[in-house]
Amino acid sequence: MTSTLTPVRKRSALTKGQLPKAAPYIVVAVALVLGAAILALIGFNAFGWGIVSGILFAAGLVGWSLIVEGARKAKDKLATCLVVGAFLVALLPLFSVIWTVLVNGLPGLLDPGFLNTSMNGVTGAFDNKTVEEGAPLLGGIYHALMGTLLITVLATLISVPVGLLTAIYLVEYGEDRALARAITFFVDVMTGIPSIVAGLFAAAAFFALVGPGTKTGAVAAVALSVLMIPVVVRSSEEMLKIVPNELREAAYALGVRKWRTILKVVLPTAISGIASGITLAIARVIGETAPILVTAGFATTINTNVFSGWMASLPTFIYTQILNPTSPSNPDPSSQRAWGAALVLIILVMLLNLGARLIARMFAPKTGR
Amino acid sequence: MTTTSLTKSRGAGHTGDKVFSAAALAAGCLILVVLFGVALFLVIQAFPALVASPDKIQGGEGFLTYIWPLVIGTLIAAVIALVIATPIAIGVALFISHFAPRKLASGLGYVIDLLAAIPSVVYGAWGVAFLAKEISPAYNWLANNMGWLPIFQGPASATGKTILTAGIVLAVMVLPIITSLTREIFLQTPKLHEEAALALGATRWEMIRMTVLPFGRPGIISAVMLGLGRALGETMAVALVLSSGALTASLIQSGNQTIAAEIALNFPEASGLKVSTLIAAGLVLFVITLGVNMIARGIITRHKEFSGAN
Repeated sequence: MTSTLTPVRKRSALTKGQLPKAAPYIVVAVALVLGAAILALIGFNAFGWGIVSGILFAAGLVGWSLIVEGARKAKDKLATCLVVGAFLVALLPLFSVIWTVLVNGLPGLLDPGFLNTSMNGVTGAFDNKTVEEGAPLLGGIYHALMGTLLITVLATLISVPVGLLTAIYLVEYGEDRALARAITFFVDVMTGIPSIVAGLFAAAAFFALVGPGTKTGAVAAVALSVLMIPVVVRSSEEMLKIVPNELREAAYALGVRKWRTILKVVLPTAISGIASGITLAIARVIGETAPILVTAGFATTINTNVFSGWMASLPTFIYTQILNPTSPSNPDPSSQRAWGAALVLIILVMLLNLGARLIARMFAPKTGR
Repeated sequence: MTTTSLTKSRGAGHTGDKVFSAAALAAGCLILVVLFGVALFLVIQAFPALVASPDKIQGGEGFLTYIWPLVIGTLIAAVIALVIATPIAIGVALFISHFAPRKLASGLGYVIDLLAAIPSVVYGAWGVAFLAKEISPAYNWLANNMGWLPIFQGPASATGKTILTAGIVLAVMVLPIITSLTREIFLQTPKLHEEAALALGATRWEMIRMTVLPFGRPGIISAVMLGLGRALGETMAVALVLSSGALTASLIQSGNQTIAAEIALNFPEASGLKVSTLIAAGLVLFVITLGVNMIARGIITRHKEFSGAN
């Protein structure tokens, strides 16, 4: 007689129970249904549904894991839920801001003449007419757009040479001297200057040097440069540092002078990173409001001379239209213009960010890999 | 004979070298001069307000009485922002560095960086037009149920334009700063430490608690300090969102004011001694943020020295 042995599968005493692979999906389905049921009792809305379901999901998964897998795995699951939850919470304001600006800004932006008229002569009486009699909305952001572009271009013209040369000094000539260390430290400190203090500095300097009450586009450009230079220095310095030393040494070995090496070898190698860093710096300062508010004031007319007279800019335009509507009794037209300007500003900033990424990719040195 | 022509270089190249290095040096020194100038010009312009007789300053009781509530208001708003932003930012940084799938991680980091790209005035507009409206029912609830706490004392503001709303908007603005710095620190955790913890049977959370967080602690502290520096100096969000007033303990009533917002709201129309007063206020803000930033940078530099060991 031969007896057949039937193998008996025993669970190892060393391993604990495990949740089935589909456990998260089961819990999420249950949480969604339960969440909908609870919300139905107190009045349904999508936002509350998401929150309640999220909490139910975390509680359900952690509780189930605690029963089957024990405390350590349950704690791990709880941490995972919290971390993913934190990420989702961080996304909420981003989508909320972009959604709010799109919904409120599109009617203003699509208004004919919004981009190519100024606020010159647009008074509260016109806005009252728009609201009460349905007259077309007057006024636009041409003056603010021109102001923003001129101030930003001037700030860029000041900051880029200074910032780039400083970065070159730090990387190529500094060699860890006390001066180089001091510059690095103070550039870091400058990064932390509040934007309004930068504005006050430019205002105070021009008040002292030119005359009290000097408020022009050029003062605003100086204020923005104070904010922009440290960003340009830091990003250019990082990019110059990663240029391989072999390239410099090869140039020196051929008898090329140091300044020619920097201009013809080092800078072209690092140009993509430097250009994208500069673009990001422009994107940072183009949306600054406070320094322009205290240095260039705000205007309703087109002023293309940065050296005289108050100048409008997109951020200050948004600010004044919200805070002091053109017609205090009917603020709706003003808020429509403000949101339209906000949409234009966000589009500008996003384009600059996108441009920085494209520049970094397009002009990246060929690595041969 | 003509041997010298081989060793001696022509003057042009030499001059170029000198001019170029001098220009680089000058640019570097210019930055130091500018920073020194910031302090100098602010002091010069603020001086009249500091020495003026007390009854001429706004409020009639001298500069210190004028600036004191503003400093407290600034600190309140910044602390609210940090209390909200820090845990979320650390969570997001951990998610990107250790939880998200590798391929998605850099893209997700870019999405969070977009938060930093949105101009502050747009956040202010969003705060006043959307957040303040949506959040005022929650303030009513807080006033009714938690009103015994001084910070939630009712009656709640009907418009929602309170220091708590301003703090929440500030939290959104400092979140990407804290996130990107802590993310970098978390990514620098020595791989060997992490793998050793996992090999001993640690779960992912235990591995993070034993290796990533202890390694990153100085980085987290300095990131939070840099976030604090930003929150202290942020102007537009507060100027637009907060309906300002006298210093109050309740976070859900209108009241309180920050230095930066006070300057932005009053500077364009100010003249005479008022300008000096506001510039003096800016000087106070500059000194506070300078202190916070220098401490943060100090922690980072010290940390750099021993993180090279991996």
